[in-house]
Amino acid sequence: MSTLKEFSYGTAILSAFEYLLDHYPEVFVIGQGLWSPWYVGNSMTDLDKKYGIERIIDTPVSEAACTGAAVGASLAGMKPIVVHPRMDFMLYAMDAIVNQAAKWSHMVGGQAHPGLTIRAIINRGGEQGAQHSQALHSWFAHIPGLRVVMPATVADARDLLIASVLSPDPVIYIDDRWLYEQTEYLPPVKIRGLSQEGPRVIADGSDVTIVGTSYSTKLALDSKHVLAEKGISAEIVDLRVLNPFDAEIVIQSVNKTGRLFVVDGGWRNCGMAGEVIASVAENVPAERWKNTPVRITLPDAPAPTSRVLEKIYYIGVDQITATVQKAIA
Amino acid sequence: MMHMLDKLSDPELFHDPVDINGVPTGLLVDQLRDLVLLRMAEQHLAAMRKDGLIGGPVHLGVGQEAIAVGVSKWLRNSDRVFGTHRSHSHLLALGSSLHGLFAEVLGKETGHSRGMGGSMHLYDRSNGFYGAVPIVAGTVSLAVGAAMAARLQATDDIAVAYFGDGACEEGIVHESLNLSKITKAPILFVVENNLFASHMHVTQRQPSDSMVRFAHANGISSAVVDGNDVVAVQNSARKLIQEARDGKGPGYLEAVTYRWYGHVDWRDDIDVGVKRSMDDVQKWRARDPIKRLKHALINEGCWDELRHDELCVKLKNEIDHAWERAMSDSYPDESKLLDYVYASLGDD
Repeated sequence: MSTLKEFSYGTAILSAFEYLLDHYPEVFVIGQGLWSPWYVGNSMTDLDKKYGIERIIDTPVSEAACTGAAVGASLAGMKPIVVHPRMDFMLYAMDAIVNQAAKWSHMVGGQAHPGLTIRAIINRGGEQGAQHSQALHSWFAHIPGLRVVMPATVADARDLLIASVLSPDPVIYIDDRWLYEQTEYLPPVKIRGLSQEGPRVIADGSDVTIVGTSYSTKLALDSKHVLAEKGISAEIVDLRVLNPFDAEIVIQSVNKTGRLFVVDGGWRNCGMAGEVIASVAENVPAERWKNTPVRITLPDAPAPTSRVLEKIYYIGVDQITATVQKAIA
Repeated sequence: MMHMLDKLSDPELFHDPVDINGVPTGLLVDQLRDLVLLRMAEQHLAAMRKDGLIGGPVHLGVGQEAIAVGVSKWLRNSDRVFGTHRSHSHLLALGSSLHGLFAEVLGKETGHSRGMGGSMHLYDRSNGFYGAVPIVAGTVSLAVGAAMAARLQATDDIAVAYFGDGACEEGIVHESLNLSKITKAPILFVVENNLFASHMHVTQRQPSDSMVRFAHANGISSAVVDGNDVVAVQNSARKLIQEARDGKGPGYLEAVTYRWYGHVDWRDDIDVGVKRSMDDVQKWRARDPIKRLKHALINEGCWDELRHDELCVKLKNEIDHAWERAMSDSYPDESKLLDYVYASLGDD
């Protein structure tokens, strides 16, 4: 037990950067704010001082060129990590991500792989409004060739970042500022192959299956405790890897519980929650279902600014528990 | 008054044999061979596309061959070359196999991209060709990153980004130029200014027909040359490439040229080309980079019409042979549809 060390979600990410930069000379980091990383909590503190500004590259205000440059550097044998402190701004880089990185391996017959990692941060709330709040993981999960990773736990924040960077494929690693204060005691790093990672049951239950991703996994876990007091046993599945998506764990859980609730911090239409439900519905026999499956998502509207509207916009534990109780009543 | 190309874009000028300017004639004979190979290979593709044997679009650079030949002269296979939708010549000028190109254009498994790319997604890493894509300006930032990687890897390899005057209207080019300068990336930007983006003449798209102004705006070392003069191209490319290898940062070569065919496939595009008349096309054909080098070499007494004809016959045989082989090759196995999406599926 003496090898366990306490980390927050933020310092777990920092430790992953340190691990990668210590062990892999081909790793470098590029993005805005890296020489003064106050945008990103405590997740990148002093990397520039420790590893030098040649490897920790603060950049012009050019999301597209910096992401494209990372794609090119990866084709030349490097393992770049691009940091977009707010996902909203990386929309400028969609050509590099969707047309180039995602398709490169396929277009050249598997002879080259852009093994870059794009760390995209969801940073919302606090009356920031529509262009500082988006969670666009479903978009990226739609694109063949991208791996999309969303850690919900402190352990995953560290270990899935390392697995992402070591993956030969382009990875969108999405972390959520609302999780940065979570803490956990972690063992030393053990390398995991990203292609073997996928959804995981993180709390057993028997009455309902609640699926979450990233921050919505935390909400699902918090809901489990409330539901337990009402006599409802919830099994919680954390998706972790959204693309390529393997629904098997969720299917197994729903075969057991017969009830599926998917909580997703993205929008409803064409979103990840719908994908999870469709994948399960195709594979769980009709007679197993005790309730119709339910999506719990953001309303289909841009993020509001006013705190009154923000309060009804984002999903809370109350909404999840009320939805579950109503459905099975 | 904004800087303009003036004489360099005038199709009435530069019809005379090129000035060999001290370049050894033996070397120029080799380059003449390369120019003719690129020309005949693309004319073959035009004919096969017209005949319906090629299923997908081919963007031909006939008339522009001297740029790729002049630049590639100074490259080595550890350099990192990125192309465009019109990159057959960029690939072949590096010494890449004709059969690999033809097979790729036909979508065969023996193609340079294993039949997964076609004409618009070319690849041949063994000769330094990292890739070409048809999204306009799509590889420019990638090339900057490959150049930044060369610095981090402590090599004196460089990257090359080919793009056109149309790409200069994409924002990513300007971000990339700025990023390359600020990071001192060892890269040569080669702008093939053929005066057209699809059907639109440059004067209908930009306030100036000069693309070097974007190098000036970013403080990047540059040169502007007649892109139909292989001697002028190689002499300017040599200096800029050496500077990049020596750690002096990016270089930018604007080469003014013209494509004989329309934007895509074998047609002249006179009908769809605004400001593109058959009269202009004929004048530009007289500014032919091959004819001008050939006559320069004849004037030097080291080439003649007979040898030229023999060269053409020999290359035609090579092309026919490579084509026949490619035609008889197999298509990719159906399993390849999914095999190449990710590098690894559960075993990394």
